[in-house]
Amino acid sequence: MKPAIVNDFSIQVATVNGSGSQSANLILMRSLFNMGIPVSGKNLFPSNIQGLPTWFTIRCSKDGYIARKKELDILVVMNPETATRDVAEMRPGTVVVLNEDIPVGPIPENLIVYKVPFGKIVAACCPDTRLRKLVTNVIYVGVLAHLLGIDMKAAEHALSKQFKGKAKAISLNLGAMKAGFDYAVENLPKRDPYRVESMGETKGKIIIEGNAAGALGAMFAGCTVVAWYPITPSSSLCEAAIDYFERYRKDAGGRRTYAIVQMEDELASLGVVLGAGWAGARAMTSTSGPGISLMSEFAGLGYFAEIPGVVWDIQRVGPSTGLPTRTAQGDVLKTYMLSHGDTRHIVLLPASVEECFEFGMTSFDLAERFQTPVFVLSDLDIGMNYWMADPLPYPSKPLDRGKVFSKDDLEKLKAVGSKFERYRDVDGDGIPYRTLPGTEHDMAGYFTRGSGHTEAAGYTERPEDYKNLMDRLARKHETARKHVPAPEVDFREKAKSAAVGIVAYGSTHHAMRECRDQLSAELGLNTDYLRIRALPLTPSVREFVAARERVYVIEQNRDGQMFDLLRLELGEDAKKLRSVRHYTGLPIDARFITDAIAEMERSRAPRKSEKEPQKVTAR
Amino acid sequence: MTEATTKNPPPPPPPSKSVNRLGLDKKCYVGAPSTMCNGCGHDAITNAVIAAAYELGLDQRKVAKLSGIGCSSKTPAYFMPRAHGFNTVHGRMPSVATGAFLANRTLQVIGMSGDGDTASIGLGQFCHLVRRNVPMVYIIENNGVYGLTKGQFSATADVGSVQKGGALNEFMPIDCCAVALELGCGFVARSFSGDQKQLKPLLKAAFAHRGMALLDVISPCVTFNNHAGSTKSYDAVKQTDAPIHEIGFVPFFEDIAVDYPAGGVQEVKLPDGSTITLKKLGLDYDPTNRAAAQRLLADTRNDGKLLTGLLYIDPEKPPFDAVERMAERPLAGLDLAALRPPKSALDEILEELT
Repeated sequence: MKPAIVNDFSIQVATVNGSGSQSANLILMRSLFNMGIPVSGKNLFPSNIQGLPTWFTIRCSKDGYIARKKELDILVVMNPETATRDVAEMRPGTVVVLNEDIPVGPIPENLIVYKVPFGKIVAACCPDTRLRKLVTNVIYVGVLAHLLGIDMKAAEHALSKQFKGKAKAISLNLGAMKAGFDYAVENLPKRDPYRVESMGETKGKIIIEGNAAGALGAMFAGCTVVAWYPITPSSSLCEAAIDYFERYRKDAGGRRTYAIVQMEDELASLGVVLGAGWAGARAMTSTSGPGISLMSEFAGLGYFAEIPGVVWDIQRVGPSTGLPTRTAQGDVLKTYMLSHGDTRHIVLLPASVEECFEFGMTSFDLAERFQTPVFVLSDLDIGMNYWMADPLPYPSKPLDRGKVFSKDDLEKLKAVGSKFERYRDVDGDGIPYRTLPGTEHDMAGYFTRGSGHTEAAGYTERPEDYKNLMDRLARKHETARKHVPAPEVDFREKAKSAAVGIVAYGSTHHAMRECRDQLSAELGLNTDYLRIRALPLTPSVREFVAARERVYVIEQNRDGQMFDLLRLELGEDAKKLRSVRHYTGLPIDARFITDAIAEMERSRAPRKSEKEPQKVTAR
Repeated sequence: MTEATTKNPPPPPPPSKSVNRLGLDKKCYVGAPSTMCNGCGHDAITNAVIAAAYELGLDQRKVAKLSGIGCSSKTPAYFMPRAHGFNTVHGRMPSVATGAFLANRTLQVIGMSGDGDTASIGLGQFCHLVRRNVPMVYIIENNGVYGLTKGQFSATADVGSVQKGGALNEFMPIDCCAVALELGCGFVARSFSGDQKQLKPLLKAAFAHRGMALLDVISPCVTFNNHAGSTKSYDAVKQTDAPIHEIGFVPFFEDIAVDYPAGGVQEVKLPDGSTITLKKLGLDYDPTNRAAAQRLLADTRNDGKLLTGLLYIDPEKPPFDAVERMAERPLAGLDLAALRPPKSALDEILEELT
């Protein structure tokens, strides 16, 4: 047997969706978490309710790498439909826990196979035939607990948490898990190198999906109006909001200090957000690509009439319906310029569940400060997968409600003989002042419109009025560059800049530390790293590229959308950019990026022209 | 307030026929000059809104006027200039109005729409607005054509109606009142821009109603739909208009001064203390009976009559904010203490996630 591989492998469970496998997988993942081992869990599921194949991948990593790992080390085969293919795709040396009741084609001899009679075990521990299907899956948790050396106390704790408060479910599942464990003890002598050992790396940490974190951010940011339309992979954000707001956002009389409304479509959802934002509420919606397309017209109204609102886009694979349950970063350009005419939006790019929480709040401050829709571009990988995270910090800052004239402000203006002009740039930053409907002052009222308007909010078609308005909106966008979240930069060596830089954003970030470690170890290539956290691009992005010879832009879409945007804005320095694009629907992994960069570095030998930027894409 | 003004408060406005209960004269309710064509029905509706708002003494500062796109949707600029106005996008005013109401449930929301804006591009949002019973007055200025794009049929054009250029409409019209009734609207009325006597009390009643109030007002387009062969020309409507009752409105701040002959007048009390009076005109019709209203519309669909008046009212239908169990204080006015749960809440949540 090979030397032991401790706390550094990934497990894939192949099951059928709707079979109760999610509970078993979460118990397995949380068992490792409870042992203090860094862990992440990714769901690969079909657009279907019941009966189609689904895969859950758990990665544990002593180094804290929590992106997807390209190679699988352990496979649990529970789905007859995919069993033959699942097994055939495994690399030599892969451990396979095989449900003996499932017919499977020829098994390569170089796999390490443990056969387990799930049917027999469940029959013995679960007398009620109707419940057997639901507890079968938890048996593999017990089997793996023995094979890998998972602390059964940690597993039991995880199981109790999963079925919190349901005594019958706890005892039934506990019995099944123990039966799996006992079977393995008696029948499965250890033949593989993988095992776990307790660490102290998860103390105080939490496990949460990005969508739930985003909902919490909204709640602590004082969001009061949520309008939404169900769409994968975004629905769980508003559903989490429904649960949390109901628990924590009632007034003394038990009445809601919010409204969450399921609308008839995404158009109406953004309509409600703009109406509510116009009237002074912190309002948001959450959607995915197809919804973003539908919101296009309203997004332009929000930009042009200057109305705050927050729109989450949990990106999935497009175009069109695309792969609705797979992840991508394909909405960057579309969202940045959403709507007809010259339109630019503020876009936030969270990379983690912590940032979903943070930007869940920041987005409202920016929306109200800049009086414009703010888009938060998460993705399925962040939004619907389970991430280990630091405890979310309680916000210490007050809310930034932006430039709003109250009744008293208007009274002061009146006293000095001034007027209120809704669209006048009083402060030179492109941001005008607004009043809210219902303000009890005769000067408060104004007319909001998506057609041409003067500084005093009157209708106009005059060329100079239109140009004046568009120039001010551009000025406002420039102001935003200085206020949106600045990039996060990580230099390999503090003292000097590396020749090679890497730029990434969003969920791609999680593969970057691992990738850069690989580049250093395998190629001796030290890289500096910049993670873009918002659009418009901040000046520091330009500085980062300027100070380096080559910069690789890593992203999860076919066309290199951020790469294109950077090229658009960087001028001469654009020729330093190289593009690495991953677009398979699966979360990007470090090995892919490392190999892509290595290939481009190797072929860097004198080229005739630097005009055409290189690109490498996933096959 | 200074001591001097405390001692000598300004005298209350003298009781006069030329000011309303807020001490404002009617001019205060008049907005920018209209840019509609001369003789447009929409201007008559604007005048009725101005008169109703003035006589009711609506506080404009608490009014939000919204509209979609089209001739009708320009009209909010022509009344109540101190109110906030919002000319949104085509067919989507209902969702924006819903959002504005959710942000501030104390706003008096008025939506101005047209037949294209409501029945064509906006039919979906209109239906869902009705379903939610968002408290607002929703006025359709219904002329059966697209004016701004020069005369195409809208979805309310009658079968057999002829376009100015001679084209014939062969598709069934969408009757917005019938749609609203079907979806449970608590206030459904139809009127004619040329009948101020009916329109004004209907508008007042709509403002007093707590829930969505629909007014489908036939409003002839003098430029594109006022010719022979049109079913929505002034001549055609004058000939077919058949009021189902004579409507009156007594606001909560006035006493009912008139004694009606017994049996001839139905009174409908609104929750705010106002009263709608309905004097029967031949037809024995009870507008609190929804099935009767639906039957009436169905029965008269093909007999060439345009029935006008209050078709249906249910003053007790729970409005959106009640259904949503919303706090009394407007959401837009909540302070940080009400908006941000305490740290203990976050601690409790995090504990569940460890």
